[in-house]
Amino acid sequence: MSILSLMDVKKFFPTAQGVVRAVDGVSFDIGKGETLGLVGESGSGKSTVAYTVIGSHAPTSGSISFEGEDIGLQASKRPLSIKKRLQIVFQDPGTSLNSARTIRQTLEVPLKVHGNGMSRQQRLERVVGLLDLIQLPPAYMHKTPGMLSGGEKQMVGIARALATGPSFVILDEPTSALDVSVQAKIITMLMDFQRRFELSYLFITHDLSLMRNVASRVAIMYLGKLCEVAGTSEFFRNPLHPYTQLLLSSIPVLSDEEERLKPGQVISRGEIPSPVNIPSGCSFHLRCHRKMEICEHKDPEMVDTDQGHRVRCHLYP
Amino acid sequence: MAVTRILTTGTAPNRGENARRNWYRFSRNPLSIIGLTMVILILILAVAAPIIAPHPPSAGKFLNFSMASRAPSAENWCGTDVFGRDILTRVLYGFRFSLMMVVVVLSLVVPVGVFFGLLAGYYRSTWIDTGIMRITDIFVSIPPLVLALAICAVLTPGVFNAMVAVSLMWWPWYTRMVYGVASSLRGEFFVQAAELTGAGKWHILFKEILPNCLSSILTKMSLDAGWVILIGASLSFVGLGAQAPTPDLGSMVAEGSKYLPDQWWISVFPAFGIMLVVLAFNLLGDGIRDMFGTERG
Repeated sequence: MSILSLMDVKKFFPTAQGVVRAVDGVSFDIGKGETLGLVGESGSGKSTVAYTVIGSHAPTSGSISFEGEDIGLQASKRPLSIKKRLQIVFQDPGTSLNSARTIRQTLEVPLKVHGNGMSRQQRLERVVGLLDLIQLPPAYMHKTPGMLSGGEKQMVGIARALATGPSFVILDEPTSALDVSVQAKIITMLMDFQRRFELSYLFITHDLSLMRNVASRVAIMYLGKLCEVAGTSEFFRNPLHPYTQLLLSSIPVLSDEEERLKPGQVISRGEIPSPVNIPSGCSFHLRCHRKMEICEHKDPEMVDTDQGHRVRCHLYP
Repeated sequence: MAVTRILTTGTAPNRGENARRNWYRFSRNPLSIIGLTMVILILILAVAAPIIAPHPPSAGKFLNFSMASRAPSAENWCGTDVFGRDILTRVLYGFRFSLMMVVVVLSLVVPVGVFFGLLAGYYRSTWIDTGIMRITDIFVSIPPLVLALAICAVLTPGVFNAMVAVSLMWWPWYTRMVYGVASSLRGEFFVQAAELTGAGKWHILFKEILPNCLSSILTKMSLDAGWVILIGASLSFVGLGAQAPTPDLGSMVAEGSKYLPDQWWISVFPAFGIMLVVLAFNLLGDGIRDMFGTERG
């Protein structure tokens, strides 16, 4: 039973240079308690997917359904009950908290909106509870974000998302702005919360190696389209799409043992093209090491190989 | 119970820490301290004018031609004017007037200007933005003193109308400043976070965006105080502000200027008074700007 499902979602932005096809027909489902890792380079449209799902803007076309309700069309007109169950953690903890307000004031906002007339005392106790959840002492409620470290700020961002008791949380590169040591702590915490509160995650990241430990399924995105979707173990054991192979082979490794896990050396050529001017045919053909004649003029369809492994490439009929 | 204890024990140290840091930044420049001291002194002098002024009747309708046009002496420290009124007394009462003008003008201008600025900034690129900002453009395009003169000339000259005129020409500057801050903040993630969780527009305008504008507003207010006094004095100087026998610094300078250079004290001391007030507020304003750090301008 899927909690979130996207059907052929498109999001185009008109600009002076032309239409940016940020998200160009993305479909996926996320089951209850599952983590879908959505991986892509900068400019691949992965964050646009996140902001379309959370409702910062409506999709150009396609449908999004959340717990059976259609949330596709009206961005700002969603009912409060949806906003309560669907929350987001932003990428940059520096700008996602209001530096002029205390942590308590920040954490109280969702409680005031969704608390159904919680008393001042109840809200205060809930704020203390939330701080306890993210392992910060209660006195932190009086601090402003300027007094907190980057990791602490991000934990407050997570606490704010959990304040309403959501069932689904979008994590938009929650650790990419943080030190590696802090990253590990935050990831552990997120995994713990997922178990305790039966959360489903859409985990947006450019860090493929992180997904190995975090995601139940991984989706690779390139220029607004999905290339490959598979269960995590299948994905790392048997990567099918040439782009996936390229990404996996570019992960820096420490030892020869790790090196042997990689799917052969694929040299990365070029950079991701502008989403205003998408190459003809398969949008990846300019960088592909297994390019064929057909790739230049025909865009491949998404096909199922086996066990829910889906790939969009002419190599796999 | 435990929670309440946290509330009381946790608040004090952090607030104290903030205040100490702000005071440190403010006091790094000795001129800020001088400005603050001067403003406090002038406030005390103005409030206590009826008690400390050497000759309180001089502030109102009072004639004593036997004492007219006396040069500064031990009895009249700043001399007397052509009606025999003590100039020091009138300058002290003049401070009251100038400060009242600042308080009235700023308390009219700041809420109105800030409100429209928040609204226009948050609704950037909509008709609300266009409407509000084009109106401010109209006001801003006319030289301030000319606009104030025109308004005062149409209305009957007087203190109240002078304040109205100054307020009308002043609010667009607050609107523009707050518009700049608000329109850059509305795309920030913390505003989005509040929007996405379902917080109302008023919450976002006044609780999320406004607190981030406060340092700019406060800085501008303290720098503007001097300008308001100067504009008010200018209006009085040309006869469109306070009317005789109100002890207003600007009109005192105007009256005294007829007797220059022989009876210089009649105009020089009120002019010196204006200078002191404006200087005090400007030094204070610079200090407040340093305290908040980022603002320059």
